[in-house]
Amino acid sequence: MALLSIENLNLSIHGIDILRDVSMSVEAGKVLGVIGESGSGKSMTANAVMQLLPNGTDCSGTILLEGQNLLDLHEGQMNRLRGKDIGMVFQEPMTALNPVKTIGAQVAETLLIHKAASKPEALRIARETLNRVGLPEDRFPMSRYPHELSGGQRQRVVIAMAIALKPKLLIADEPTTALDVTTQAQILRLLKRLIQEDDMGLILITHDLAVVSDMADDMVIMQNGVVVEQGPAATLYRDMQHPYTKALFEASSHIPDRDYADERGADPLLEVRNVIRDYTLPRTKLFAAPGYFRAVNDVSFVINRGESLGLVGESGCGKSTLTRALLGLEPVQSGDILFDGDPVVKNGLVVPDIRRKMQVVFQDPYGSFNPRHKVSRLITEPYHLLPSSPTGADRDRAIAEALESVDMPASAAEKYIHEFSGGQRQRIAIARALIIRPELIILDEAVSALDVSVRAQVLDLLSDLSDRFGLTYLFISHDLSVVRAITDRVLVMKSGKVVERGATEDVFENPQHAYTKTLIDAAPQLPDVA
Amino acid sequence: MLRYSLKRFLSLLISLLVASIVIFVVIEIVPGDPATYMLGINAQEDTIAALREELGLNASKLERYWNWLSGMMVGDFGTSYTYRSPVNELIGDRIWVSLPLALIALTLSTAIAFPIGIIAASRRGSVTDMSVMGATQLGVAIPNFWFAMILVLIFAINLRWFASGGFPGWDEGVFAGLKALTLPAIALALPQASILARVMRTSLLDTLSEDFVRTARAKGLSKAKALRRHALRNALIPVLTIIGLQFSFMLAGAIIIENVFYLPGLGRLIFQSISQRDLIVVESVVMLLVFAVVLVNFFVDLTYALVDPRLRGRQ
Amino acid sequence: MSLTTAPPRKPSLLRTITSSLNLTLGLFIIVVFFGGALISLVWTPFDVASLDIPNKLKAPGLPHLMGTDHFGRDVFSMILVGARTSIAVAVVAVGIGMGLGVPLGLAAAVRPGSFMDELIMRGNDLVFAFPALLIAIMITAVFGPGAVNAILAIGIFNIPVFARLSRGAALSLWTRDFVLSARVAGKGAVRISYEHILPNILNLLIVQGTIQFSLGILAEAGLSYVGLGAQPPIPSWGRMLAESQTMISFAPHLALFPGLAIVFTVLGLNLMGDGLRDILDPKIRRER
Repeated sequence: MALLSIENLNLSIHGIDILRDVSMSVEAGKVLGVIGESGSGKSMTANAVMQLLPNGTDCSGTILLEGQNLLDLHEGQMNRLRGKDIGMVFQEPMTALNPVKTIGAQVAETLLIHKAASKPEALRIARETLNRVGLPEDRFPMSRYPHELSGGQRQRVVIAMAIALKPKLLIADEPTTALDVTTQAQILRLLKRLIQEDDMGLILITHDLAVVSDMADDMVIMQNGVVVEQGPAATLYRDMQHPYTKALFEASSHIPDRDYADERGADPLLEVRNVIRDYTLPRTKLFAAPGYFRAVNDVSFVINRGESLGLVGESGCGKSTLTRALLGLEPVQSGDILFDGDPVVKNGLVVPDIRRKMQVVFQDPYGSFNPRHKVSRLITEPYHLLPSSPTGADRDRAIAEALESVDMPASAAEKYIHEFSGGQRQRIAIARALIIRPELIILDEAVSALDVSVRAQVLDLLSDLSDRFGLTYLFISHDLSVVRAITDRVLVMKSGKVVERGATEDVFENPQHAYTKTLIDAAPQLPDVA
Repeated sequence: MLRYSLKRFLSLLISLLVASIVIFVVIEIVPGDPATYMLGINAQEDTIAALREELGLNASKLERYWNWLSGMMVGDFGTSYTYRSPVNELIGDRIWVSLPLALIALTLSTAIAFPIGIIAASRRGSVTDMSVMGATQLGVAIPNFWFAMILVLIFAINLRWFASGGFPGWDEGVFAGLKALTLPAIALALPQASILARVMRTSLLDTLSEDFVRTARAKGLSKAKALRRHALRNALIPVLTIIGLQFSFMLAGAIIIENVFYLPGLGRLIFQSISQRDLIVVESVVMLLVFAVVLVNFFVDLTYALVDPRLRGRQ
Repeated sequence: MSLTTAPPRKPSLLRTITSSLNLTLGLFIIVVFFGGALISLVWTPFDVASLDIPNKLKAPGLPHLMGTDHFGRDVFSMILVGARTSIAVAVVAVGIGMGLGVPLGLAAAVRPGSFMDELIMRGNDLVFAFPALLIAIMITAVFGPGAVNAILAIGIFNIPVFARLSRGAALSLWTRDFVLSARVAGKGAVRISYEHILPNILNLLIVQGTIQFSLGILAEAGLSYVGLGAQPPIPSWGRMLAESQTMISFAPHLALFPGLAIVFTVLGLNLMGDGLRDILDPKIRRER
């Protein structure tokens, strides 16, 4: 008998259907991967198992944990079951822990709340559990507070809380999405080890096919609240049936069709020479000079006209600071940034005539537009850089052209940004970058927040645009597979320094620096399907 | 923790220093000479000069500021122009009415507001929540001095449970003193309790929607336990800010409420001094009240650090 | 992925009803009082300036709806005229607070931690150490009592309220990518502040404005009550209450009606503020 089996689960919130006829099951000691894009209902399925649902939710069907239907239990019985028989790990480790309680107290609470141990005993088990999840006693005393830990370490604490009572089932909802790729690999390894040791069942919910491919015994693909395909991982990869599964798979490993830059006759467009950017730290002593943090440490590189250069690194490596420095948004302590041979910043001021040749697309499609302006006003904002901006019919034509070049209808100009989806917004962001005909576009994690299928489309669009307009890209990302798919050359950054550089394929096939190797090994890989 | 406390203490000193300068400068621009005012227009030139000398008005402005400031540090607030007695004696008599009144009111308001706010938040959308919120909405709108008058009308004039005003002095016994302060304290506390209850409720509801409360629920805590053990302490941080602010409202309110009940507190003193243009008293009482407000906010800052480990810092 | 599965959250029916109920009720009360104040400019049931000693201390009834005071003046008429004082003082005080506080807050938010920011915020803290009443006391001690001084005192007290609010909200907006985009487009801090920041904190300011308006009415009443506000012959609710105090045992209606007028006005404004908040639903959380 399966450890957990969900049968014909239907769920609606305030009368809106969220899940329809969802069935899946997981065995003890096995991993069930649940994959879907945003809105697929994968997280809601997990919440239904935990019975942690928003008010106004209607649930029908059965959720059997060792033969007992969880939907028949009342709230008190569920409280006794949560944390004891089912543990859960969430996506956001930064906010999942109570900031005012020590990590020891929070792990021990799982035991105390279920009266599984006396207080000293609970603290002892909490200590052991923290050791088990890779937070050894000498470096992580139980008196630590969450704010003293990194995201990965916090996620380990959350896992410790979930497994302290050795539950039969563990649910992990996007447990590594907010983490860096190397940390992600460690957390996934940890989860795998724990379920083997404790013979737990694991439901691993993710949007990333590659994450589950190494881990899952069985897979479930969800779309719009429905299970479209499921089966053992090994066979599912080989014979996918449903078109959505195939599309998802194709999109995850999508490589846009593009013209590769010609190595010969390289013509430098942007030159970065020995750039250093320091941040002053808050004073720790009243009269001592404040310390500083070197975010960008002696970085030099060149982007040639027409090429696509990738910049990879994990969070905190300095890539965002570098981006802002390139755009003249932050001062640099030393070094030169030259565009076509001219400095981007003169006397502390950005030179508009140079800046207009450099545009940027940011990560968050929801935050990069002023919600109070119409699209026409939003995408013409860069006109501010021109000495005289087009007006009247010229302006309208430019707007329409920019929108059409990113495959959006010209009628979009009269709408507000909230009327568009994430993918559409990112297209509009690209249109905004294109409208003053720049030569270089900096793409700062520009596809990282998008669902895989949308991401594939935007990548296609980008490569198409670069071919059509002869654009040069600086592609900044933490996502190795995306960088590999769309760049000619790549720089790898760590702790403010460029540790490796070279042609993209060379670096990926034959990394030289130890860090690059770690990074590439840590990145989850999709199995090759012929 | 120590560094944080020292930093807050330093900022307390700076606030007080700047406040003293502001008060001194503002009072200094007052037209007219206090000595002339005290003696009347017909006074002799040399009498006025003697009085000016006695009051230390002939010194330079900087010197007088320094005398005032250094005097206050050792508890010497100067001499009242009208009462001709040391200001600290005048204040000393009256502060034992105003301060207890503000403190009792603050305690009362907190004691009422916390349970109400918590109950309303934990039963969000219920009839209890709606009626509590309706009542506090009304409470916020009631001016405390009018509420005081209504209390007098009901409990002193009609029911005769309390005296309608006056203060017997603490010499008459703690009970008699407390009884005289009961109606004023209630009048001060209830409107403020309404505000605090609303803040408590909102803050708790915000905290209840945080991720870590969901984590706690996933551990098996019931809604009530998750609220008590995880949400409450986090929700306290904005509430503390309001309590700090309320103390200054309580002090100001106490000054007004004293008028309703004819209590011999700082409020009466300051209004008499204004009408008699006894500026040294005004100056000193305002400074004292500012000191009280700044001090309470200093303690609130320290309490933040007790509640929130992130402020203690241990890097 | 950060954008996954937010369940469609329909606001509950109860919430929709209460918020619109709040707004309607609040608006209704406000319209009545503003209307009364406006009408009193051209007409009042009785002349509030003329004394009518034979008809003094009449209990509520006809023709004096709310009775008369110890000079025989019609209480209802005085309340209508008094509404003018309250509204005028509160409106100007909120205007001062917003007009100075918002630009200061926006300026402070441009570079958090800069000298400018520190100066503005420490200045704010300093003003916060003086409750409005203390400011009024000092101003009165210097310039003597009066409605203008009450306005100044309440207005000064409002400045840090708006400065803090707009700084907090602006700080979170400055980190948003759309502001970064504007900077990439070469726009300066001033232009970004009024083009991108201000429109996005407007909702917040409107809501806070109603709250400060109601606090202003309460403060004006308090100041007038202790004699620091509007002086005779300008009618004001606070002074009506002060005058009624000695007569409360035999003429409680003199204390009742001005008090109720204050309570209803403040209640109306607060209800309206709550209703507006629910409808405008400021996305930016208010920060300390």
